[in-house]
Amino acid sequence: MSREDADTVTVTVQDGDEESVPGDGEELRFSRSGAVSGFVSCVPVALGVGGYGLIFGVLAREAGLSVVTAVLMSATVLAGAAQLIAVGLWEWPIPAVAVIGTTFVVNLRYLLMGASLRQWFTRLSSRQAYVSLFFMADENWALTIEDLREGTGRGAFLLGSGLAIWIFWVLATAIGAVAGGRIANPETYGLGFVLTAIFLALLVGFWDGRTSLAPWAFAVVVALTVETIFPGRWYILAGGIAACLVEVIQDGR
Amino acid sequence: MVAEVSLTAVMVVFGMSVVTFATKAGGFWAIDRIEPGQSTRDALDALPGGIIVSILTIRLLEGGPAEWVAGIVVVLVARSTENVLIALIAGMGTLVLVRWGRTGF
Repeated sequence: MSREDADTVTVTVQDGDEESVPGDGEELRFSRSGAVSGFVSCVPVALGVGGYGLIFGVLAREAGLSVVTAVLMSATVLAGAAQLIAVGLWEWPIPAVAVIGTTFVVNLRYLLMGASLRQWFTRLSSRQAYVSLFFMADENWALTIEDLREGTGRGAFLLGSGLAIWIFWVLATAIGAVAGGRIANPETYGLGFVLTAIFLALLVGFWDGRTSLAPWAFAVVVALTVETIFPGRWYILAGGIAACLVEVIQDGR
Repeated sequence: MVAEVSLTAVMVVFGMSVVTFATKAGGFWAIDRIEPGQSTRDALDALPGGIIVSILTIRLLEGGPAEWVAGIVVVLVARSTENVLIALIAGMGTLVLVRWGRTGF
């Protein structure tokens, strides 16, 4: 892990470290060059994540977290929405059950995202798969699915792209926490739109002709309905499951 | 502001990291232990699109007309270039221009 980290900048395309995994269909490799590709592809996205990191750092300090605690949280939890909600709940004494419970609920969507990596990640070793999954966030998960669906066989793409997000997220948290309210609102520079734009661009690639229409339309309706009724991020889970159900019914015909 | 770190705070952060990793790893862990049938595989295929559509629905709803215009530009550029980065840059540029135009810069 730390070796990967240190060497990401200097590796060449072919290094003797690569490990081929035989599998059904295309070959999947867990290589440093794959991790580097993931890292580089994710840098523009990670800049947007860094914008959120600044906001998180500022809010964490205002909520009474020390700089060390805020940075520790970003480095070990690595889940933007859950962390922002957690510092919103933060007070003294810390409502531990509420904070940890809310974190779990807000992050339930990761269960589905992880499951969707099945066809590729079953061909990695457990250590490769689970270390990569630690670095999974909304943004790099979407980029990784897109990359793997193209058949590039880059098994380390999630890890590399996740490291890019991790570095920007942790550094930005530290800067935000230390500088506090002296930072201008990052939203001014349109950073809040980065995630929307990335997801829209990726969705164009996910469009599978008319068979995508019914699952996506149903996901929109369910997401809107659930978002109106329940607070938090249940709508992501509900919309994802809704699309699955329609797809299964559609294919079963 | 001093470097006084509360042990309770660190314990809560640890708890948060444990439940978060449980969600990130748990879905793959569970699906790795069963041999999914055809309908489960179909469902997993539809999952990424469904999740992204759901996230986008609410994000676009919370945005304003400037985001919608920029969003249309992203989709059009992504369709013609098939390049996420170029689409992203075009969308961000459009958003900044539309916002400036509206505030009379």
